[in-house]
Amino acid sequence: MIKIKVENLNLWYGDFQALKNINLAFEEKQITAIIGPSGCGKSTLLRVFNRMNDLVEGIHMTGEVTINGSNILSKRVDLVTLRKKVGMVFQRPNPFPLSIYENIAFGPKIHNHGKSREIAQIVESSLKSVLLWDDLKDKLQESALQLSLEQKQRLCIARLIAVKPDILLMDEPCSTLDPQATDRIEDLMRELKNNYSIVIVTHNMQQAARISDKTAFLLLGELMEYGETTQVFTNPKNSKTEDYITGRYG
Amino acid sequence: MRKYKEFVIEKLILLCGLASIFFVLLIFLFLLKEGISLFSTITLKRFLFGKNWYPISDPAELEILPLILGSFWVTLGAAIISIPIGVGCAIYIAEVAHPKLKEILKTGIELLAAIPSVVLGFIGMVTLVPWVKEVFNLPTGLTALSGSVMLAFMAMPTIVSIAEDALYSIPKTYKEGSLALGATHWQTIYRVLLPAASSGIVAAVMLGVGRVIGETMAVMMITGNAALLPHSILQPVRTLTATIAAEMGEAVVGSEHYFALFAIGIVLFIISFVINVTADTFLHKKK
Repeated sequence: MIKIKVENLNLWYGDFQALKNINLAFEEKQITAIIGPSGCGKSTLLRVFNRMNDLVEGIHMTGEVTINGSNILSKRVDLVTLRKKVGMVFQRPNPFPLSIYENIAFGPKIHNHGKSREIAQIVESSLKSVLLWDDLKDKLQESALQLSLEQKQRLCIARLIAVKPDILLMDEPCSTLDPQATDRIEDLMRELKNNYSIVIVTHNMQQAARISDKTAFLLLGELMEYGETTQVFTNPKNSKTEDYITGRYG
Repeated sequence: MRKYKEFVIEKLILLCGLASIFFVLLIFLFLLKEGISLFSTITLKRFLFGKNWYPISDPAELEILPLILGSFWVTLGAAIISIPIGVGCAIYIAEVAHPKLKEILKTGIELLAAIPSVVLGFIGMVTLVPWVKEVFNLPTGLTALSGSVMLAFMAMPTIVSIAEDALYSIPKTYKEGSLALGATHWQTIYRVLLPAASSGIVAAVMLGVGRVIGETMAVMMITGNAALLPHSILQPVRTLTATIAAEMGEAVVGSEHYFALFAIGIVLFIISFVINVTADTFLHKKK
């Protein structure tokens, strides 16, 4: 089933066109990777899906992006509802300067998910689903800022899961982590795939090849190639894709 | 040659740095030397907690509780008025205002800081004082409340600019993270940004309050200057600062009265020192 559908999407920052006529469809409960060299618009594309680009002054979009049957570029779309359904993990882990518990409880609290006992349960189940519960269950009241980078990133994913989204956007979630931690976060993503549709932006082509079901290759704001990851990496149709994945530029 | 030049410049800068500390130390020692002589005739306890300030009666009664309470009421009133407005203004400038409006507001706040206190005092005298008299139906409008309102104007620029700085320097990723979880703008401010900036905001408030306690001219003009034990904020009071300013000229050098004014100076020095140190610890607090 198709989860996100992008049709004729164009995006401008002022006069600069960052995305050019993108057409894509992302499948439910799959991992889709968006790859491409710096400045190709991959993070911009990701930030279209939860309208985080709205924070940037002078942005302008045309086309349609359909998530769960409604066009999210429409003016009438409720950003709170959209962002509840479409969560985002950032490049730098950004836990709030609050306790570990309060970080996870943040989402349920702002969306009024029930009483404190229910929130405590959500905190527990969210931490369990990112495999942090056993390590952190005795220090829930301590500051989240003292965790290791990997733990912080897991915490940010747990914070997201607590809001019960169905799409997870990940903007280079491992770029600040060491290889072992990256490996473990990738395991976690494979696990999460059973329940969520994941779109990941990554610099790291090997990472895209390892974890994604489908891969989209962007270059200077244009979609060069989109297909099954194995096909994109072993038998690319576009010569530019081949040049990029073989490291001729980027 | 270049090395020599570097050396001279370095030492000159060091000297400037040391000079500021040295002068503070000298001022404090001078205050201490003059003020401490008072306690040969009056106990510290009586000086701080006695209720009568009659410096020129015979024998002189030099007890400063009315003055401490005067400063306290004026400061408390000013804090209650200026903290919510100041912090609110900082939030508005840092988070809500359009960039153009933001610049205008920041300039406005700086202008407010640039108004000399004597001008504020004099504006308060001709506008606020009659108003307070009429609204509360008092025999005089020269009250602690009038002082509080005027001083709130003086504390506000400090509070706004430091609190705005604190809010502005929060990493943008906190805000993004919160919005991406579906929080509204206000929820983001209230639940993430304010806690993240809390130490800076506390420091802003402390420095604002410090400014109020040290202020002299405006309070002298509009609080009525009655060195009596105040029972409410609607009575005339006299602050520690105003006492020194009003009486230093007429005190005989070397008299008890003269020493008492210096002792008041020490009390003020200690109060502002404690406030500044507290503000500083909050400002440099590492999370």
